[in-house]
Amino acid sequence: MDSAQQRDTVLKDHSENRAVASLLAAIPNSIVNAKFDRQELTLWIARDDIRFAAKTVRDAGYDFLVDVTCVDWYPSEPRFEVTYHILSLTLKQRVRLCVLVDSLEPEVASITPIWPSANFYEREVFDLFGVRFGGHPNLRRIMMPDEWEGHPLRKDYPVEGYR
Amino acid sequence: MDAADFAISPLIEPRVTEGSQDRTMVLNMGPQHPSTHGVLRLVLEIDGETVLRVVPDIGFLHTGIEKTCEAKFYQQVVPLTDRIDYLSPMSNNLCYCLAVEKLLELEIPPRAQFLRVLLNELTRIQSHLVWLGTHAMDIGALTVFLYTFREREEILKIFEDVSGQRMMGSYFRIGGVSLEPPVDFYERVQNLLRIMPEKIDEYENLLNGNPIWQRRLQGVGYLSAADAIALGVTGPPLRASGVNWDLRRDMPYSGYEKFQFKVPVSDVGDVWTRYVLRMQEMRESVKICQQALDGMPEGPLKADAPKVVLPDREKMKTQMESLIYHFKIVTEGFAVPPGEVYQAIESPRGEMGYFVVSDGTAKPYRVHMRNPTFASLQALETMCVGRLLADVVAVIGSIDIVLGEIDR
Repeated sequence: MDSAQQRDTVLKDHSENRAVASLLAAIPNSIVNAKFDRQELTLWIARDDIRFAAKTVRDAGYDFLVDVTCVDWYPSEPRFEVTYHILSLTLKQRVRLCVLVDSLEPEVASITPIWPSANFYEREVFDLFGVRFGGHPNLRRIMMPDEWEGHPLRKDYPVEGYR
Repeated sequence: MDAADFAISPLIEPRVTEGSQDRTMVLNMGPQHPSTHGVLRLVLEIDGETVLRVVPDIGFLHTGIEKTCEAKFYQQVVPLTDRIDYLSPMSNNLCYCLAVEKLLELEIPPRAQFLRVLLNELTRIQSHLVWLGTHAMDIGALTVFLYTFREREEILKIFEDVSGQRMMGSYFRIGGVSLEPPVDFYERVQNLLRIMPEKIDEYENLLNGNPIWQRRLQGVGYLSAADAIALGVTGPPLRASGVNWDLRRDMPYSGYEKFQFKVPVSDVGDVWTRYVLRMQEMRESVKICQQALDGMPEGPLKADAPKVVLPDREKMKTQMESLIYHFKIVTEGFAVPPGEVYQAIESPRGEMGYFVVSDGTAKPYRVHMRNPTFASLQALETMCVGRLLADVVAVIGSIDIVLGEIDR
C-alpha cells in the first residue's frame, strides 16, 4: 500500500475523530500522511501549516500539549521528524502530529503562540537537534552550555573520541 | 556604578526607572541553593522583596541519557531509566517497560501487573514522603523531615528486599518483573500499610495547625486551571488548580482499571492545596496497595515470550532451548518491530511519558522521556511574579521538583 492510499484509508477510518475531522475541514491538503498503529493516531502535517494545524486541533478539543520532540532519520531526507504529542483532557484521546524537516533548512514555525508550554520543549529540540523554531520568544540552548558546538542527539554526532 | 555591574547573568538585565535613581535588582539563586532540590539555578529580577521575573537556568545535570539509550539493547535501557527521576525509579521502569511492551504487543500476566501497581503506589508514597520532608524543611519546619524519612526507610527496605537495591531497583523487566518477591515481602508490605494511615495523621498533626506553615502556604503561588493547561502542568499541581485529571483513572494502564480509588481535586490552586492533595493522594495510595495485596492473583510473573523474557535459572540448567534463548537475548538482544509508541503514566509528579521509536533492530532508534517537572518548571514564573522572594522557595517545593528528570 503506498502512502497516499494509506493516508486516505486511515483518514476514512478515523473520520469520526475530532482532530481528523477538524483538520480535514480546515486544511485537507496539508495532511501529508496518516498512520494508525498500536492504537495511536499519527498525522503528518505539511511544514508550513503546523502552527495552523496546532491551532485547529486545539480548537477541536485537544487542549493539552504534552510534548514536542524530534527524531533524526539521518542519512535519509527529509531528515528531521518533529513530533508533537497532543492530549485531549475532555475526550481522553491522544493525537500525534509530525512535521518532516530537511537538513538544508531545518526550520519550522514555533507553536508557542498556541501553547506557551512549547517554549521549553522547542528549546530542547533546538539544543539537541539543531532544528530552529521560527517565532520562538527565547530560542537558546537549554541543556547544553551556551558555547557548545554541535547538536548531540543528531545521529551523525560523534559518540567517542575527542570532539 | 552602572547597570552592567549588577548583571551577574546574561539572562536578565536590571531595569532602571526613567527619571529616577530606582533600579530593579537581579538576584542569582542556585545552582547550589539548598531549597532548589538539586542544581536548579534561578535568576530573579526583584524590586525590593517583590519578584518581577523568574528565569530558570537548567542543564547542570544533563547526562545525555536519551543518547545513551540509543547505544543499548532494549533491556539494557531499564537501569538507565531509574536514574532519570531518582525519587520514583519504579515509575520510570514501569513507563519504559509498558512502552516497549506496547511496541512488542506483549500480554503481561495479571500477577505481574498487580505487583507493578503495588510497587508503583509504594513508590508514590515514598516520593511524596521525600517531598513532604524537604518541602517542610524549606519552609523551616525541620522536624517533619525526620518523621517522613523514618517511614521512607521502611519502604526502601521493602524495595531492597524485592530487588536488592534501595533506590535504583531496576526490578521491572520488559515482559514482567525480574524475580519472585521474597517470602516475607507481602507481610512487610502489610505491616507498612497498617501503620501508614496513622503516620500520615502524625505528619498532618505536625503541620496543619502550625500558623507559620499555614501562612507560608495559603494563598501563595496561585495557578489558574487555564494557565496550568497552557503551561503543561500535570499531576497534583494540575489537580490543585481544579482540573480533574488522573491518568490512572482516565487512561488506565497496567491494570489500574481494576482498582477503586478517589482522585483528590480542589480548585483553590495555591501551595497549600497542593500540600493537602498530596497528603490525600498518599492515603489513596495506601488503599490501592491494600487492594493489590488482597486481590493478588496467582500465576506467572513473566510474559510467555521466550525470545524477549529471560528464562528461569533452573530451566537454563536443564533445558537446552532456554540456554540458547538466554544466550541470544544477552548477546544480541531481541528485535522489536518497527514503529513508534508514546506511553504515559501518572508518576508521583504528573504525566511521565516515554516515546520510543523502533527501526526493527535490537536497539531503540530513539527514546525520549516526557518529564512532568520539566514542564511544570515553566509555570514557576506565573506562580511567583508579584509575590515575595521568600515565596519562591515555597512554590519550588510545591511543584516537587527533581532535577534528575528535568535535565536527564
